[in-house]
Amino acid sequence: MTDTATTQRYEPGKHPELPPPNLASGPIYWVKVNLLSSWYNIFLTFVGVWFLWTILPPLLNWSLFDAVFEAADRAGCQALGDGACWAFIGERYKIFIYGFYPEPERWRVNLAFVLLFVALGPLLFDKFPYRGKAMLFSLAYPFIAAWLLLGGFGLTPVGTDQFGGTLLNIIVGVTGIAFSLPIGILLALGRASDMPAVRIVCVSFIEFIRGVPLITLLFVASTMLSYFLPPGTSFDLLLRVLIMVTLFSSGYMAEVIRGGLQAIPRGQYEAADSMGLKYWQSMRLIVLPQALKISIPGIVNTFIGLFKDTTLVIIIGLLDILGMGRASLADSKWAGLSNEVYISIAVFFFLFCFAMSRYSLYLESKLQTGHKT
Amino acid sequence: MASIDTTAQVGDGQRNFIARLWYDKETRSIILQIITLALLIAFIAYITMNAIANLKLLGKTFSFDFLNEPAHYDINQTLIEYSSTSSHFRAMIVGILNTLLVAVCGVILATILGFIFGVLRLSPNWLVSRIVYCFVEFTRNTPVLLQILLVHGIVVHLMPQPRVAQESANISNSVFFTNRGVFAPMPVPEAGFNIVIGAFIAAIVFAVVFAKWAKAKQDATGQHLPVFWICTGAIIGLPVLLYLVLGMPLAWDMPELRGFNFQGGFVIRPEFLALWLALAFYTSAFIAEIVRAGILAVSKGQWEAASALGLPRGRTLNLVIIPQAMRVIVPPLTSQYLNLTKNSSLAIAIGYMDIVATIGGISLMQTGKEMETMIIVILFYLCVSLLISAFMNWYNRRIKLVER
Repeated sequence: MTDTATTQRYEPGKHPELPPPNLASGPIYWVKVNLLSSWYNIFLTFVGVWFLWTILPPLLNWSLFDAVFEAADRAGCQALGDGACWAFIGERYKIFIYGFYPEPERWRVNLAFVLLFVALGPLLFDKFPYRGKAMLFSLAYPFIAAWLLLGGFGLTPVGTDQFGGTLLNIIVGVTGIAFSLPIGILLALGRASDMPAVRIVCVSFIEFIRGVPLITLLFVASTMLSYFLPPGTSFDLLLRVLIMVTLFSSGYMAEVIRGGLQAIPRGQYEAADSMGLKYWQSMRLIVLPQALKISIPGIVNTFIGLFKDTTLVIIIGLLDILGMGRASLADSKWAGLSNEVYISIAVFFFLFCFAMSRYSLYLESKLQTGHKT
Repeated sequence: MASIDTTAQVGDGQRNFIARLWYDKETRSIILQIITLALLIAFIAYITMNAIANLKLLGKTFSFDFLNEPAHYDINQTLIEYSSTSSHFRAMIVGILNTLLVAVCGVILATILGFIFGVLRLSPNWLVSRIVYCFVEFTRNTPVLLQILLVHGIVVHLMPQPRVAQESANISNSVFFTNRGVFAPMPVPEAGFNIVIGAFIAAIVFAVVFAKWAKAKQDATGQHLPVFWICTGAIIGLPVLLYLVLGMPLAWDMPELRGFNFQGGFVIRPEFLALWLALAFYTSAFIAEIVRAGILAVSKGQWEAASALGLPRGRTLNLVIIPQAMRVIVPPLTSQYLNLTKNSSLAIAIGYMDIVATIGGISLMQTGKEMETMIIVILFYLCVSLLISAFMNWYNRRIKLVER
């Protein structure tokens, strides 16, 4: 620092514009504030750098630099490098995605998957062109997808026992999501109802569902459910699983929506009543729009949880992506590659679930009509 | 009816009567409830009749007698004595204890890690908070079953075999990390060790009494005593001191390599280790977010008010911030504890013998008693859930804001 500012004199208004002080902005300032502001902070930075230094190089070496992307078998991988053997995933990715779905019919799965995004578009984004008409397609989508995947009516029929891989995860996840929301809303309204009988039924159902793990319900679906049907009837295992998963997540959904319902001030209900609206009208027009808006983060969290829980179907013998991965580990040509398989499956789930949680943040900020505090 | 609506015909009058019942709020609510109950009872009766018919058709009976029959299978980790000649009932108890063991250990580790991650996530240090953010997001957005399998794979594939572990240097050559589990020396109490345990209990009693006395004194005079240090000193110091004075009355059962595996000592099996670590890390990511939200929910004014009163940082946290944050943290924390307990049922995927794997898995296969075994498993989880919620509700009431 020089003291020119004190000695030099200027006419009023003639003072030259000086640059801002060096250390009040810019990268050095940022480092100083965010990494080195106190001794404790410096210590934390040191620990963080040490952590990255120990974790990152081996991880990058393993997954990228020393990894083998093309080889015929495990021995070929080991000959080329001592990192991850992604060649295995490259060879198996089709079975991870489609399961045992017949090869010539796989375009139907692809089409159903693409149409899923077309159907989701108008539901997710309110600026979607021709949203009203596109919604009709979204409503029809489940039937179109079922037709495409199962066949019949001109397409070769494919049994549900041939479904597998990510296809199965997405079927279970999307069905659960689509049906658990309306059932969850009904259960939440039932729990908030004035009628004791309805309330008790809903409360016991919700508490039962939330009290037991999903895999016991799946066990019930696979072993016990046939006892409760008329003798001689049995229906598809996948359908039983879909029903159980839907019921399971609707119990959680009901609790999330109940939180939203409780957050609506009493005045809103009373105002709806004084307008002469009937119960369903006041719910549909006044209460639920506000309650659902509040519960969006919880609803999306339930969706994410549901999508992650679709992996549990392997416990009862359905081969979803994780099941396919585990089954392919038994191949003696590629023995001992569990880390590669599990990590690529983890990346798949991470992409889907992280996208969902980002969307919920976007929706929250969009629906934020009140003043930010 | 007719006196009100004299012009109406008989049929119209009847319809009107029903319509009136329907439009009367209270009658309608009673009608709806009767319909609900009738449907429910009809449904239960229907499935019960089907179940009875099906059982008869298969020649099975509904009874819990199979619990007394010998189980004929082994369980690799047992907290109580168990052999393949023990009954299914004993196998069930072993399974329940294994579930509770992994749940309790998991809850403790998950809470500790979750609070550390939650606080670090809010750290002013950009680097640390980003690292924790990446960990939390990655853990929260991948299935827990996958994580259990991944950790199990790492434990089984990357840890050395017992023979290799013996050769490579370990912590003073007494703790061995192998793919057959972690082996550590097992303490065997000798004569006189009871005195140490007695001292430990006495120290805890003293700490409780002293803390109450100190609080009463502070309330009366305002004088503050270093309760935490005195209590910690008493609880840890007194037993250690006695232990040294009595000449260390504790023998260690060392693990020894015999054949292909270690024998003796204290062993943590790889299945337990994998399940415990995976569940704890998975849940800790959720707890971290809960803790972060809880701390952020305490307004900045509380910090400023505390420092205006002259409280130092540590006591501000202890006396002002944490009690208020806990109110926001406890309810979601309860559901995370419940989730961890329920997720422990995934043990079956890696062969850890919890209640689902014992009574709901092998016993079910052996006896063919699907209904009875599933009822036992479901009732067990319902009881655990209710107990945990009851305990956390009690705790929540205790720390609730007392409003005037």
